[in-house]
Amino acid sequence: MEILVILVPLALMLGGAGLVAFLWSLRSGQYDDLDGAAWRAIADDEPPQEAPVKR
Amino acid sequence: MQVTRDFSHYVRDAGAGLQHIDLAVEGVHCAGCMAKIERGLSAIPDVTLARVNLTDRRVALEWKAGTLDPGRFIDRLEELGYKAYPFETESAEVAEVAESRFLLRCLGVAAFATMNVMMLSIPVWSGNVSDMLPEQRDFFHWLSALIALPAAAYAGQPFFRSAWRALSAKTTNMDVPISIGVILALGMSVVETIHHAEHAYFDAAIMLLTFLLVGRFLDQNMRRRTRAVAGNLAALKAETAAKFVGPDEISQVPVAAIYPGDIVLLRPGERCAVDGTVIEGRSEIDQSLITGETLYVTAEQGTPVYAGSMNISGTLRVRVSAASEATLLAEITRLLDNALQARSRYMRLADRASRLYAPVVHATALLTILGWVIAGASWHDAIVTGVAVLIITCPCALGLAIPTVQTVASGAMFKAGVLLNAGDAIERLAEADHVIFDKTGTLTLPDLEVMNAADIPADVFELAGRLALSSHHPVAAAVAQAAGARSPVVGAVEEAGQGVRAVVDGVEIRLGRPSFCGAEAQVGSVTLDPEASIVAFSKGTEKFILTVRQGLRPDAQAVIAALKARNIGIEILSGDREPAVKAAAHVLSIPEWRAGVTPADKIARIEELKRRGMKVLMVGDGMNDAPSLAAAHISMSPISAAHLSQATADLVFLGRPLAPVVAAIDASRKALHLMRQNLWLAIGYNVLAVPVAISGIVTPLIAAAAMSGSSILVMLNSLRARSASREIV
Repeated sequence: MEILVILVPLALMLGGAGLVAFLWSLRSGQYDDLDGAAWRAIADDEPPQEAPVKR
Repeated sequence: MQVTRDFSHYVRDAGAGLQHIDLAVEGVHCAGCMAKIERGLSAIPDVTLARVNLTDRRVALEWKAGTLDPGRFIDRLEELGYKAYPFETESAEVAEVAESRFLLRCLGVAAFATMNVMMLSIPVWSGNVSDMLPEQRDFFHWLSALIALPAAAYAGQPFFRSAWRALSAKTTNMDVPISIGVILALGMSVVETIHHAEHAYFDAAIMLLTFLLVGRFLDQNMRRRTRAVAGNLAALKAETAAKFVGPDEISQVPVAAIYPGDIVLLRPGERCAVDGTVIEGRSEIDQSLITGETLYVTAEQGTPVYAGSMNISGTLRVRVSAASEATLLAEITRLLDNALQARSRYMRLADRASRLYAPVVHATALLTILGWVIAGASWHDAIVTGVAVLIITCPCALGLAIPTVQTVASGAMFKAGVLLNAGDAIERLAEADHVIFDKTGTLTLPDLEVMNAADIPADVFELAGRLALSSHHPVAAAVAQAAGARSPVVGAVEEAGQGVRAVVDGVEIRLGRPSFCGAEAQVGSVTLDPEASIVAFSKGTEKFILTVRQGLRPDAQAVIAALKARNIGIEILSGDREPAVKAAAHVLSIPEWRAGVTPADKIARIEELKRRGMKVLMVGDGMNDAPSLAAAHISMSPISAAHLSQATADLVFLGRPLAPVVAAIDASRKALHLMRQNLWLAIGYNVLAVPVAISGIVTPLIAAAAMSGSSILVMLNSLRARSASREIV
């Protein structure tokens, strides 16, 4: 049962990491436009011959 | 005269030398639009950000300060085929967005805590029947407490706050039993853990919060979305006015930047955005949006004009008496306030359910405790059993029953072209059994149509359309649209209040009043339609008469028939003249109609129907309809409606057909049916689970399984609302 000493903190850390990742994604506005995000995933990349686009 | 557009009111400083503007864009539907807009705008030099939000139909733009005029983005979007309007976020919407994010954060915290506590609970449950040492079980319980207590303290805030508010106001709501249940469950679990007991309910308490937060978030998200739609609608109304900034210089500014005393220019074909008095010029104005009357009124020096009036023939200078928020007729405002107060008394289904729920549950828990004590159990055991009753009856599925259906149904209605303006609109619409239609702009289309285009040779009609392009007059615009004209006639001259003329291939052509075209003789040959306006066209010696009127919506007859088939009463209340209303009622075979009705009369009629126990759906678009829209049980407006009416209406429908009215009624009836069904499912689950809890044999495993089982059942049932919009008329 000594394995718990490793497993429990590990589990808590993984859970905490998931929570931090979720809060980060929330803060960076990734849930603001769920409809758009669904389409962006399948949108084609911009063709390279187009005028240089500033980002 | 120089015209500039001034958008500085909407531009805000984004820091780091950047400026930011939000635009509401019409007609963005898919990934293609999104990519087109973003590429098109990013290609403008110095633009640093162009991002479309497809959910809210908006574009966020940032650019290097001072390099660009925001008007250029609107022009660019116009070139790409989208109409865009600068957009100002209302404070109410900002609050909704913040609330929505907070709930999502709470939900995230609760969901992660649930997963981790569950991971610790399952070994305990299986350990209880195998070989787990009591010390190990205690250790796992303490770990669960370590995760669940802070998570519940954070994620429970929405419920605790709302429960506290209700209790301080000496009322109760759904959140009171939730908060009591969660706090008692956590408190009891801590005490049990200290005493090395076998069962702790940390998992049940935090899971309960998670499920309830899902329901709360869905509900809030729908409200946020309807608010965003309302905000866009306000922007699409394009409330701008041409303000004189110098003796001969005008600037197109948003209404919010116009103050009483300013002078604005009202050109033919423009809708007035302010209240004011004419100080110069002479014209006819169309006040149908305010009074419902379709006959034009003559405006000259000293005539008051109200926001929403359309200027028809001449150019007017108007001194503003009230702008922006204050642009309402006093009478309408007063009626509106009264009506809105009456409406807030409506109690939502969820509130009605919770009002019954809390006392029953708390009484059951109390009786359980007393019953066990009388039966000879120790106080400790009795209280543990009582708390178990509270946990298992906590309104988990009850909290999901309504928001899940609402979310699915509002999505289905959105696809059918109906936008929700009020959160509880679905419930109220489902109860409607009597529909009152306004005529002008609701049963009829808001724009004019040429009625006798078929009687006129196609080449002549096309020429008339091209000539019409040179005029701002709404009748001319209708002719141009009907003829599908694209290229205006070169050298056309407009004579104010008369018409347009030009010379083509050595022949003079004229479009305008019959007298202007020398066509008085032909007027008599056209069958007189009480609602039609007449415009003449002459090409040399050939003369033609065009009749122009507001046509009925294409599917109005079918929709009326469909409503009758659903056993819904129908009537027309219009501020228009009797012959016009009578004709429309006849065509649509609606026996009940009233003409020349004032806003106060409309309300009186609605009150009368209410007293007879009818639930009235009011469908109207004019400013004169706004008070009755608010007074009715539920109300709908077309997208073309006056700003005020649209803000008051519970639902807004898009496009030319009237079919969304029926589609919305069907969808909401189905949704209400599913909500009721969900509530019964939730109650049925409680009826099954409570005896088990009272008998004292509930383990945390049973509580967790029952809770998630009933929640999933309710969610799956809600998905059935998706098919609601398929059958239109």
